[in-house]
Amino acid sequence: MKQNWWKYVTIILLVYTFFFSFYIPLKPGIQNTSTEELFKGPNNAIVVYGYNTKFIQEQPPKVFIQFEDDTKICAFTTTVLDEKKIAFDIEIPDSTPYKLAHLVIQYADNYIFSPNAFRIKGTAKGKITSTCPEHNSSDSTQVVTFPNREILNETIRNLMFHVPMWFVMMFLMAISLVNSIRFLNSPKPIYDVIARNAVKVGVVFALLGIATGSLWARYTWGHWWVDDTKLNGAAITTLVYFAYLILRNSIQEEQLQQKIAAVYNIFAFVILIVMLMILPRMHDSLHPGNGGNPAFSSYDLDNTLRMVFYPAVLGWIGLSAWILNLRIRIDKLKNN
Amino acid sequence: MFMKTSIITLLKKEWQLEMKNKTSMATVLLYVLATVFIGYITMKRIDNLTVWNAIYWIILMFGFFNAATKSFFYENKARQLYLYTLISPYALIIAKMLYSALLNVCVALITLFFYIFLLGSQPLDGANHIVFLLGILLGSTTFAGVLTLLSAISAKTNNNFGLLAILGLPLVIPILLTLNKVNNIALRGLGFDYAANALLILLGFNVLVVALSYVLFPYLWRE
Repeated sequence: MKQNWWKYVTIILLVYTFFFSFYIPLKPGIQNTSTEELFKGPNNAIVVYGYNTKFIQEQPPKVFIQFEDDTKICAFTTTVLDEKKIAFDIEIPDSTPYKLAHLVIQYADNYIFSPNAFRIKGTAKGKITSTCPEHNSSDSTQVVTFPNREILNETIRNLMFHVPMWFVMMFLMAISLVNSIRFLNSPKPIYDVIARNAVKVGVVFALLGIATGSLWARYTWGHWWVDDTKLNGAAITTLVYFAYLILRNSIQEEQLQQKIAAVYNIFAFVILIVMLMILPRMHDSLHPGNGGNPAFSSYDLDNTLRMVFYPAVLGWIGLSAWILNLRIRIDKLKNN
Repeated sequence: MFMKTSIITLLKKEWQLEMKNKTSMATVLLYVLATVFIGYITMKRIDNLTVWNAIYWIILMFGFFNAATKSFFYENKARQLYLYTLISPYALIIAKMLYSALLNVCVALITLFFYIFLLGSQPLDGANHIVFLLGILLGSTTFAGVLTLLSAISAKTNNNFGLLAILGLPLVIPILLTLNKVNNIALRGLGFDYAANALLILLGFNVLVVALSYVLFPYLWRE
């Protein structure tokens, strides 16, 4: 019991992760608008489709568009069609100098902001003044929600699965590296057993990382695989570790096998660092976290995501350590 | 000082071996030429820059793999033991890498000659020749660096060529991607400013691999 406490913690963390990453709803957002162009003069019956919204007739939401310098124009009529659908009419003054407009919807405690939702047709050089009373722009939503980002939408939940897979993979490969170095310093079979099993488990997590990643890519980028430095790096790393396993199998003599595997493993880890950490930073990449795409930097990750993400990482690392522990024990029993 | 002389002696030894049984160099060259000829038969002349460049590097890549299999397999047990008593492993791996780099550059240039001869030199007309040659030089040496250690590893197994391909191909992908970039820039006639980043990546990869081989080879060698 005493030495197994971390296994119970792992179970609790993983249950917590699975439950909350699927249970917590997304923040209300705008899914679609019936048009993306606004004309000078009155624009009638623009329909907005909300996501996870609960518009109600009695308290029609406040709809306005906002320009880059915070000038606002309010809709003059707003009709709630149903919980997820509203229509509004808006008049754009002829002297509007702006090209793009953000759409903002306020209802109950929610503040929905859709950046660059509309293009304004026609050009003019003039000035306009806000036609809206000042509003409270702070988001005071009480319900716990995940952020609702454009394009990402519901796939933001993948953060709790895809990202920890790679953390776990690196954790295991680091264990493997340390044990390979120890093996080269003093060749005890136990170091080799740990190194070998860590790679075997790590490869499984790498495959899971690729699988979750490509599922995510299918819904956000439209393809299972795209030509991208980070993705290629991940594929190469996985291949390098598969090569490690094949290399082991192709040497019959046991001591030679252990030593050569240890040497190659150090080589493989350096390649992993280059492929996953260095090269993606030197090229442009579509992947979140590169080239200005959002990822889990302090700026992008909101508190609700963090509340689930950190336990998820710990939980997955715990699970991998557990599997590794079991495998090492099985190997020890086999050798005795 | 001692290291320097032993490296030079080792390089001489490799060269004399090469001269003695001319088969090894001849095998690589014939392999590459046959592939170029197959390229000619299937594609005749290539005017498209990207395709021209890609085919050239794919042919070279297999040539380099073929050359790398030779760098350790001709060392038999007795000779290895003899070398072991004479010199430090550091001198040996440096000498092997140097020799392999020289060999690769030669193979690359000879291949280029026949490639132009058969498949046309249209893409080279508007090219920046200095950057192009620099790409070939750096590419060949990087291949030599990567494949020498892997060749030493796979020589220990009984599945020589197959294992070298398995170990080497994943590592070669980033090199090929970067080389492709460099040469596409060079073939479009653009200068250093555009290629500098990719050339630096190649150089960095080269230095990294050489350093790794230098550190790890002694463990491999001692049996």
